[in-house]
Amino acid sequence: MSDEKIKKVSIVVSRGSLDGIYPGLIMANGARMEGIEANLFFTFFGLYGILKKYMNSIKIATVGNPAMRVPDAKGFPLPTWMGALPGMSAFATSMMSKEMEKLDIPPVGEFIEMISDAGGKIYACKATVDMFHLNMDDFCPQLDKVLTVGEFYEMSGGAGTQIIFT
Amino acid sequence: MPEKNINGATIAVDADGFMTDHSQWNKEVADGLAGEEGITLTDAHWKVLDFIASDFAEKGVVPGMRRMNKVGGIPTKDLYALFPDGPIKKAARIAGFPKPASCV
Repeated sequence: MSDEKIKKVSIVVSRGSLDGIYPGLIMANGARMEGIEANLFFTFFGLYGILKKYMNSIKIATVGNPAMRVPDAKGFPLPTWMGALPGMSAFATSMMSKEMEKLDIPPVGEFIEMISDAGGKIYACKATVDMFHLNMDDFCPQLDKVLTVGEFYEMSGGAGTQIIFT
Repeated sequence: MPEKNINGATIAVDADGFMTDHSQWNKEVADGLAGEEGITLTDAHWKVLDFIASDFAEKGVVPGMRRMNKVGGIPTKDLYALFPDGPIKKAARIAGFPKPASCV
Protein backbone atom coordinates (compact mmCIF):
# COMPACT_ATOMS: atom_id res chain seq x y z
CA MET A 1 0.00 0.00 0.00
CA SER A 2 1.33 3.41 -0.98
CA ASP A 3 1.96 5.94 1.77
CA GLU A 4 0.13 8.71 -0.02
CA LYS A 5 -3.53 7.84 0.25
CA ILE A 6 -6.19 9.00 -2.19
CA LYS A 7 -8.30 11.65 -0.46
CA LYS A 8 -10.85 12.51 -3.11
CA VAL A 9 -12.07 11.07 -6.41
CA SER A 10 -14.07 12.96 -9.03
CA ILE A 11 -15.69 10.49 -11.38
CA VAL A 12 -17.04 11.48 -14.79
CA VAL A 13 -19.93 9.35 -16.09
CA SER A 14 -20.37 10.07 -19.79
CA ARG A 15 -22.30 7.08 -21.16
CA GLY A 16 -25.92 6.16 -20.61
CA SER A 17 -25.83 2.38 -20.96
CA LEU A 18 -25.95 0.15 -17.89
CA ASP A 19 -22.26 -0.67 -18.28
CA GLY A 20 -21.60 3.03 -18.80
CA ILE A 21 -23.25 4.11 -15.56
CA TYR A 22 -22.63 1.34 -13.00
CA PRO A 23 -18.81 1.41 -12.89
CA GLY A 24 -18.88 5.06 -11.82
CA LEU A 25 -21.50 4.36 -9.15
CA ILE A 26 -19.61 1.37 -7.77
CA MET A 27 -16.36 3.34 -7.67
CA ALA A 28 -17.99 6.35 -5.98
CA ASN A 29 -19.72 4.21 -3.38
CA GLY A 30 -16.54 2.19 -2.84
CA ALA A 31 -14.63 5.41 -2.29
CA ARG A 32 -17.02 6.55 0.43
CA MET A 33 -16.78 3.13 2.09
CA GLU A 34 -13.01 3.71 2.37
CA GLY A 35 -13.41 7.19 3.77
CA ILE A 36 -12.51 8.83 0.43
CA GLU A 37 -14.49 11.89 -0.69
CA ALA A 38 -16.45 11.22 -3.88
CA ASN A 39 -17.87 13.51 -6.56
CA LEU A 40 -19.95 12.11 -9.41
CA PHE A 41 -20.18 14.28 -12.51
CA PHE A 42 -22.78 13.17 -15.05
CA THR A 43 -22.39 14.41 -18.60
CA PHE A 44 -23.82 13.67 -22.07
CA PHE A 45 -25.85 10.44 -22.07
CA GLY A 46 -24.48 9.61 -18.63
CA LEU A 47 -26.97 12.22 -17.43
CA TYR A 48 -29.74 9.64 -17.84
CA GLY A 49 -28.39 8.04 -14.67
CA ILE A 50 -29.83 10.93 -12.62
CA LEU A 51 -32.96 11.81 -14.62
CA LYS A 52 -35.78 10.57 -12.43
CA LYS A 53 -37.99 9.50 -15.32
CA TYR A 54 -35.29 7.35 -16.94
CA MET A 55 -32.75 6.39 -14.27
CA ASN A 56 -34.47 3.12 -13.44
CA SER A 57 -34.77 1.96 -17.04
CA ILE A 58 -31.09 2.05 -18.00
CA LYS A 59 -30.22 -0.80 -20.39
CA ILE A 60 -27.26 -2.77 -21.67
CA ALA A 61 -26.31 -2.09 -25.30
CA THR A 62 -26.51 -5.39 -27.18
CA VAL A 63 -25.43 -3.77 -30.46
CA GLY A 64 -21.90 -2.49 -30.93
CA ASN A 65 -20.68 -4.54 -28.00
CA PRO A 66 -18.28 -7.20 -29.36
CA ALA A 67 -17.57 -8.64 -25.90
CA MET A 68 -21.27 -9.51 -25.36
CA ARG A 69 -21.83 -13.26 -25.04
CA VAL A 70 -24.93 -15.40 -24.58
CA PRO A 71 -26.42 -17.04 -22.61
CA ASP A 72 -23.77 -16.10 -20.05
CA ALA A 73 -20.36 -14.45 -19.84
CA LYS A 74 -18.60 -17.57 -21.15
CA GLY A 75 -21.13 -18.37 -23.88
CA PHE A 76 -21.15 -17.59 -27.62
CA PRO A 77 -20.51 -14.11 -29.03
CA LEU A 78 -23.83 -12.38 -29.74
CA PRO A 79 -23.92 -11.40 -33.44
CA THR A 80 -24.70 -7.73 -34.02
CA TRP A 81 -27.83 -8.47 -36.09
CA MET A 82 -29.19 -10.64 -33.29
CA GLY A 83 -28.48 -7.95 -30.72
CA ALA A 84 -30.69 -5.65 -32.78
CA LEU A 85 -33.76 -7.91 -32.47
CA PRO A 86 -36.60 -6.31 -30.50
CA GLY A 87 -36.39 -7.10 -26.80
CA MET A 88 -32.74 -8.26 -26.84
CA SER A 89 -31.48 -5.30 -24.85
CA ALA A 90 -34.31 -5.63 -22.32
CA PHE A 91 -33.65 -9.36 -22.01
CA ALA A 92 -29.89 -8.96 -21.49
CA THR A 93 -30.59 -6.19 -18.97
CA SER A 94 -32.99 -8.31 -16.95
CA MET A 95 -30.50 -11.20 -16.90
CA MET A 96 -27.74 -8.95 -15.62
CA SER A 97 -30.03 -7.20 -13.12
CA LYS A 98 -30.76 -10.58 -11.55
CA GLU A 99 -27.06 -11.27 -11.14
CA MET A 100 -26.51 -7.82 -9.65
CA GLU A 101 -29.40 -8.32 -7.24
CA LYS A 102 -27.68 -11.49 -6.00
CA LEU A 103 -24.60 -9.41 -5.22
CA ASP A 104 -26.74 -6.77 -3.50
CA ILE A 105 -25.87 -4.15 -6.12
CA PRO A 106 -28.89 -1.80 -5.98
CA PRO A 107 -30.88 -0.45 -8.95
CA VAL A 108 -29.61 2.93 -10.24
CA GLY A 109 -32.07 5.11 -8.28
CA GLU A 110 -31.42 3.35 -5.00
CA PHE A 111 -27.67 3.36 -5.64
CA ILE A 112 -27.62 7.15 -6.22
CA GLU A 113 -29.55 7.60 -2.96
CA MET A 114 -27.06 5.35 -1.13
CA ILE A 115 -24.08 7.33 -2.47
CA SER A 116 -25.73 10.64 -1.61
CA ASP A 117 -26.61 9.43 1.91
CA ALA A 118 -22.98 8.33 2.25
CA GLY A 119 -21.89 11.91 1.62
CA GLY A 120 -21.00 11.54 -2.07
CA LYS A 121 -21.87 14.56 -4.24
CA ILE A 122 -23.97 14.33 -7.39
CA TYR A 123 -23.37 16.87 -10.16
CA ALA A 124 -24.74 17.41 -13.65
CA CYS A 125 -22.90 18.97 -16.59
CA LYS A 126 -24.28 22.38 -17.54
CA ALA A 127 -23.50 22.07 -21.25
CA THR A 128 -25.52 18.86 -21.45
CA VAL A 129 -28.37 20.25 -19.34
CA ASP A 130 -28.64 23.16 -21.80
CA MET A 131 -28.25 20.95 -24.86
CA PHE A 132 -30.94 18.51 -23.69
CA HIS A 133 -33.25 21.36 -22.49
CA LEU A 134 -33.50 19.98 -18.97
CA ASN A 135 -34.55 21.70 -15.77
CA MET A 136 -34.24 20.85 -12.07
CA ASP A 137 -37.60 19.03 -12.04
CA ASP A 138 -36.19 16.43 -14.42
CA PHE A 139 -33.52 15.35 -11.94
CA CYS A 140 -33.62 13.02 -8.96
CA PRO A 141 -33.69 14.89 -5.63
CA GLN A 142 -30.11 13.85 -4.83
CA LEU A 143 -28.69 16.20 -7.48
CA ASP A 144 -26.48 18.68 -5.60
CA LYS A 145 -25.76 21.15 -8.39
CA VAL A 146 -25.44 21.77 -12.11
CA LEU A 147 -21.77 22.60 -12.77
CA THR A 148 -19.79 24.17 -15.56
CA VAL A 149 -16.64 22.32 -16.51
CA GLY A 150 -14.63 25.06 -14.81
CA GLU A 151 -16.48 24.52 -11.54
CA PHE A 152 -15.92 20.79 -11.91
CA TYR A 153 -12.15 21.31 -12.09
CA GLU A 154 -12.30 23.70 -9.15
CA MET A 155 -13.97 21.16 -6.89
CA SER A 156 -11.72 18.35 -8.16
CA GLY A 157 -8.53 20.06 -7.00
CA GLY A 158 -6.22 19.49 -4.05
CA ALA A 159 -3.50 17.07 -2.95
CA GLY A 160 -4.35 13.37 -3.09
CA THR A 161 -7.21 13.84 -5.55
CA GLN A 162 -7.97 11.97 -8.75
CA ILE A 163 -10.22 12.53 -11.75
CA ILE A 164 -11.55 9.30 -13.24
CA PHE A 165 -13.29 9.19 -16.62
CA THR A 166 -15.63 6.25 -17.20
CA MET B 1 0.48 -13.95 12.67
CA PRO B 2 0.84 -10.76 14.76
CA GLU B 3 -0.73 -10.66 18.17
CA LYS B 4 -1.63 -7.70 20.27
CA ASN B 5 -2.91 -6.83 23.68
CA ILE B 6 -6.12 -4.95 23.94
CA ASN B 7 -8.05 -4.18 27.13
CA GLY B 8 -6.24 -6.99 28.94
CA ALA B 9 -6.84 -9.65 26.27
CA THR B 10 -4.39 -11.04 23.69
CA ILE B 11 -5.84 -11.22 20.19
CA ALA B 12 -4.47 -12.48 16.86
CA VAL B 13 -4.85 -10.00 14.02
CA ASP B 14 -4.00 -9.88 10.32
CA ALA B 15 -1.87 -7.25 8.57
CA ASP B 16 -4.86 -4.86 8.40
CA GLY B 17 -5.68 -5.25 12.09
CA PHE B 18 -8.69 -7.54 11.64
CA MET B 19 -9.07 -10.36 14.17
CA THR B 20 -8.30 -13.82 12.84
CA ASP B 21 -9.81 -15.81 15.71
CA HIS B 22 -13.32 -14.72 16.60
CA SER B 23 -13.30 -16.85 19.77
CA GLN B 24 -10.90 -14.28 21.27
CA TRP B 25 -13.46 -11.50 20.81
CA ASN B 26 -15.56 -10.10 23.66
CA LYS B 27 -17.19 -6.80 24.53
CA GLU B 28 -14.05 -5.41 26.20
CA VAL B 29 -12.03 -6.22 23.07
CA ALA B 30 -14.71 -4.43 21.01
CA ASP B 31 -14.42 -1.37 23.26
CA GLY B 32 -10.65 -1.43 22.80
CA LEU B 33 -10.80 -1.78 19.02
CA ALA B 34 -13.40 0.99 18.84
CA GLY B 35 -11.11 3.21 20.91
CA GLU B 36 -8.39 2.74 18.29
CA GLU B 37 -10.83 4.16 15.74
CA GLY B 38 -11.70 7.04 18.04
CA ILE B 39 -15.18 5.63 18.64
CA THR B 40 -16.97 5.19 21.99
CA LEU B 41 -19.50 2.42 21.58
CA THR B 42 -23.14 3.28 22.32
CA ASP B 43 -26.35 1.25 22.01
CA ALA B 44 -26.67 2.47 18.41
CA HIS B 45 -23.19 1.10 17.61
CA TRP B 46 -24.05 -2.17 19.28
CA LYS B 47 -27.15 -2.54 17.12
CA VAL B 48 -24.83 -2.51 14.09
CA LEU B 49 -22.26 -4.86 15.67
CA ASP B 50 -24.99 -7.29 16.76
CA PHE B 51 -26.48 -7.32 13.28
CA ILE B 52 -23.08 -8.06 11.70
CA ALA B 53 -22.62 -10.94 14.16
CA SER B 54 -26.04 -12.47 13.51
CA ASP B 55 -25.77 -12.02 9.74
CA PHE B 56 -22.24 -13.45 9.69
CA ALA B 57 -23.50 -16.48 11.58
CA GLU B 58 -26.15 -16.96 8.91
CA LYS B 59 -24.25 -16.10 5.71
CA GLY B 60 -20.58 -16.48 6.59
CA VAL B 61 -19.69 -13.01 5.28
CA VAL B 62 -19.82 -9.46 6.60
CA PRO B 63 -23.04 -7.87 5.25
CA GLY B 64 -22.74 -5.10 2.65
CA MET B 65 -24.35 -1.67 2.84
CA ARG B 66 -27.59 -2.68 1.16
CA ARG B 67 -28.07 -5.67 3.46
CA MET B 68 -27.40 -3.43 6.46
CA ASN B 69 -30.18 -1.14 5.16
CA LYS B 70 -32.76 -3.71 4.10
CA VAL B 71 -32.25 -6.61 6.48
CA GLY B 72 -30.61 -4.87 9.42
CA GLY B 73 -32.89 -1.81 9.18
CA ILE B 74 -29.91 0.55 9.63
CA PRO B 75 -29.94 3.54 7.22
CA THR B 76 -26.79 4.48 5.27
CA LYS B 77 -26.65 7.92 6.91
CA ASP B 78 -26.69 6.40 10.41
CA LEU B 79 -23.87 4.00 9.52
CA TYR B 80 -21.67 6.83 8.29
CA ALA B 81 -22.52 8.89 11.38
CA LEU B 82 -21.71 6.05 13.79
CA PHE B 83 -18.57 4.80 12.03
CA PRO B 84 -17.20 7.76 10.03
CA ASP B 85 -14.93 7.24 7.02
CA GLY B 86 -15.47 3.60 6.22
CA PRO B 87 -18.49 2.34 8.15
CA ILE B 88 -18.56 -1.34 7.23
CA LYS B 89 -14.82 -1.84 7.41
CA LYS B 90 -14.64 -0.21 10.85
CA ALA B 91 -17.74 -1.95 12.17
CA ALA B 92 -16.50 -5.34 10.94
CA ARG B 93 -13.13 -4.82 12.61
CA ILE B 94 -14.68 -3.78 15.93
CA ALA B 95 -17.11 -6.71 15.76
CA GLY B 96 -14.12 -9.07 15.38
CA PHE B 97 -14.84 -10.22 11.83
CA PRO B 98 -12.63 -10.35 8.70
CA LYS B 99 -12.11 -7.43 6.35
CA PRO B 100 -15.22 -7.13 4.14
CA ALA B 101 -14.61 -8.76 0.77
CA SER B 102 -17.44 -7.21 -1.26
CA CYS B 103 -17.20 -4.22 -3.63
CA VAL B 104 -20.61 -2.81 -2.76
